[in-house]
This record gives sequence, C-alpha cells and structure tokens, in this order.
Amino acid sequence: MVEWNFIAVFSDFDLLLIGLLNTLKITALALLFGVPLGLVFALSRLSKFLPLSFTAAFIIEFFRTTPPLVQLFWFFFALPILIDVRMTPFIAAVVTFSIQSSAFFAEIFRGGIQSIDKGQWEGAKAIGMSYRQSLIRIILPQAVKRMIPAFMERSIELLKTTTLVSTVAYADLMFQANDLAQKTFRPLEVYTVVALMYFVLIFVFSQMSILVEKRLAQSGESTVR
Amino acid sequence: MDEIVRIDGLHKSFGNLDVLKGIGMSVKAGETVVLLGSSGSGKSTLLRCVNFMEVPTQGQVFLHGDLVGSETNGKMSYRESELCSLRTRIGMVFQHFNLFPHMTVEQNVMEGQITVLKRTRTEARSKALAQLERVGLGDKAQEYPARLSGGQKQRVAIARALAMDPDVMLFDEVTSALDPELVGEVLKTMRQLADEGMTMLVVTHELGFAYHVANRVLFLDGGVILEEGEPQHILKNPKTTRMREFLDGHSLFKLPD
Repeated sequence: MVEWNFIAVFSDFDLLLIGLLNTLKITALALLFGVPLGLVFALSRLSKFLPLSFTAAFIIEFFRTTPPLVQLFWFFFALPILIDVRMTPFIAAVVTFSIQSSAFFAEIFRGGIQSIDKGQWEGAKAIGMSYRQSLIRIILPQAVKRMIPAFMERSIELLKTTTLVSTVAYADLMFQANDLAQKTFRPLEVYTVVALMYFVLIFVFSQMSILVEKRLAQSGESTVR
Repeated sequence: MDEIVRIDGLHKSFGNLDVLKGIGMSVKAGETVVLLGSSGSGKSTLLRCVNFMEVPTQGQVFLHGDLVGSETNGKMSYRESELCSLRTRIGMVFQHFNLFPHMTVEQNVMEGQITVLKRTRTEARSKALAQLERVGLGDKAQEYPARLSGGQKQRVAIARALAMDPDVMLFDEVTSALDPELVGEVLKTMRQLADEGMTMLVVTHELGFAYHVANRVLFLDGGVILEEGEPQHILKNPKTTRMREFLDGHSLFKLPD
C-alpha cells in the first residue's frame, strides 16, 4: 500500500517555482529569438538566389531532423572545443532552442507565405509596392493569421522539449524536480506534482490557442474573391 | 496628340514558348485602346509588359516618350526601384480583383498612396473617398471586400488604381470573373472613365464595349498584331479570315435584333 505524502513537496515548493520560472524563461527567449530567425530562414529559403535558398534549406532540414538532445549536447560540450566560448547551461539552452525552433517556425512561415494567393503579390506590385513593402503590408499580415494555430502548437512542443535542459544541469522545472525527489525521497509525489504543473501550463495555453482559432474561423476571410 | 505609351519591337518568351513576336503599338492621351484576341494570342502578356508585371525578353517600352530601363549594347536592363515608380504611374486592374482582404475598402484605396507615394493619411483618405465616389461606392468605404459583390469589388479595384493618379490604366479581362448580371456596372464605370478622358488600354472579350467605347481596336493572333483600326470598321469588316472566325465565334448565339 503506497502512502501519499505531499508535505515534503509543498514545504519546498519554491524550489519547483524557481524551476518553473526558469523553464518559462528558456521558452520565452527561444521564442523571442526563434520566431524572427525563423522568418529570416523562411525568406531565405523562398529567395530566388539559389545559394541562399539552398543554405537556408540545409540549416532548416538539419535542425528539424536531428534530435534536440544531440543539438544541446553539441552546443554545450562540442562548440567550446571548436571556438573559445564559455558555455553556460543557460546560454547553451537558449542557443539550441532558438535555432531548433527557428527551423520549425521557418517552415510555418514558409507555408503561411506560400498559402497566400499570388494575386495578392500582383495587386501590391501593381500599385508600385516593392517586394519588402508587399511582404510587410500585404502578405505577412494575412499569412500570420493562418499561421497562428501551427505557431501555438509548435510553442507547446518547444515548452515540452525544454525539459532536456535538465541534462546539462540547467535548473529548469524538471531539474528542480529531480533535485527535490532525491532530497525528499518522495519521487512519486514530486513527479506527480510536476506533471500536473506542466499539464496546467500547457492546457491553459492550448485552450487559449483553440479560442484564438475559433475567433479566426469566425472572421472567415477569403483571400481571392 | 501626346503619346502616353509606346511599344517597339516587343518580344516575350516563357522558356521555349514565344508569346509575343514583335509588337509595335502606342496609346495616345485620352485614348481607349482595346486588345482583342483568343486565349493564348498574347494580349494579356502584352498588357502585363506595359507595366512590367512581365519583363519583356526584347524590345522597348516608352512612357511619355521616356525609355523605361537602360540600354547597353542592345540589351535592356531594369532596376527594380525604377519599375516600382513606373507602376505608380500605370494603374492596373485584374480579372480576380486582388483586393487586400485584411483591409477595409477605404484602406485598400489608401494603401498605395501612403506606403508608396508617402501621402499623409488625411490626404490619402480624402483622395480615397473621392475615387470611391467616382466609382459609385462612397457608402462602402468601411466595409471589408468579403462583403461586396464581384462588381463592387472590381470597382474598388478600379478606385484603388485611380487613387495613384496614373497616366494610363490597364484593364486585364476585368469582367471575365463576374456574374453576367454584374458585368454592366463595371463596364459602365470604365465607359465613364473613358468619357472623362482617362487613357486606357483594355483587354476584354466584350465586343460591345470595344464597339461603343474604344477609339481603336487591335486584334492579336499568335503573338503579333493582325489587324488594327477603328472599331466601327474593323469589327464590322475584318480583313483577315482569322479575325472573322474570331468574331463569328463570339456572335454564334446572338439574340435576333
């Protein structure tokens, strides 16, 4: 008969809260850098200048196909051997997840941009708008709307993937949980609470995304006619 | 009369496909020129070469007598910035309207004025409203395009082009995607523009419009201009068998007079 005892967990709950905060910090920073970088990769991949397009395609595919744990270890353990940088777990985590998620965001951006009718580019071009003006004023505002569901989905994936940073001793929620489990000899309660914390966090987020999706569906835009 | 657009020795190929095989033509100020021809004859491509939506493979385009682009050793080159400013002076209306669905009607008509011509919002708004009034849609300024009929959308597209104060307007089969019932209101708007002295180059299948509104009709076939003349002559007495066939095809099931 297992006896549940949460007292040990909740008396050190601030440990988990620090972990949660660090998890959110990594996720937020990865989004902050990853989204713009993803747009740059997407535009490069769509470029008519082939060397640029191929390079972008290679980077995107490379980071989409290699396991994030391998990427993390590479940036943390291998990169400092190649170039003279002091890698902290924090920097390695931010760099890895920024680039890794940018590869996925790039594909979301590309899909969004390509889903916009060619006539929109032509309509913009015909009133004298440059490529840049057309992209910013006409194409992206429409594409981003269509991207929101995929974007939210990917952000949730990112949040879950950040648990990997505990392996390089960054004090995220998972790392703090391991720490607490060993300290209290209560892995059952600790991991149950942590699972619930992830659940609540991601559930709220995904409910928000459903709400946004519904509102977008209601505004019901057609692009061409 | 002033030549607004002149085209010399224009060729356009897509890969191995030669669509235009040496076109020379001009449009004078205040003139309405209609391009006729069956699909694949190159009329839309010709129109799109005038504002460089398609860059010609060979040949020259003049606007107000000024050569577009620069010539070195018989080869033309074009800077993107030059083409952008050229397009502000040449309005274009498309078959599928290409309105911006995320903007209201008014914003659609203001967009180019603000982003490209750098007009102030106030200036752009009053100009937009004036052009919308001109096409009879002053009351639709705050609507989104999705809530308009096809004919209304097309008139907004015309207002959007007019708001840039173009020297010439290009119309690319602008009634082909409309319900037959809505064709009239768009043609009426175009006729009104022609009457107001707008210089227009029109690709259309509406022979009636060509007959009543055009000053000149060009008949394209296989990438060359096969016949050219005043609509009252050329549409009634075509010289070539090819054009006669084309006209017959259009009036096969005409209502009796």
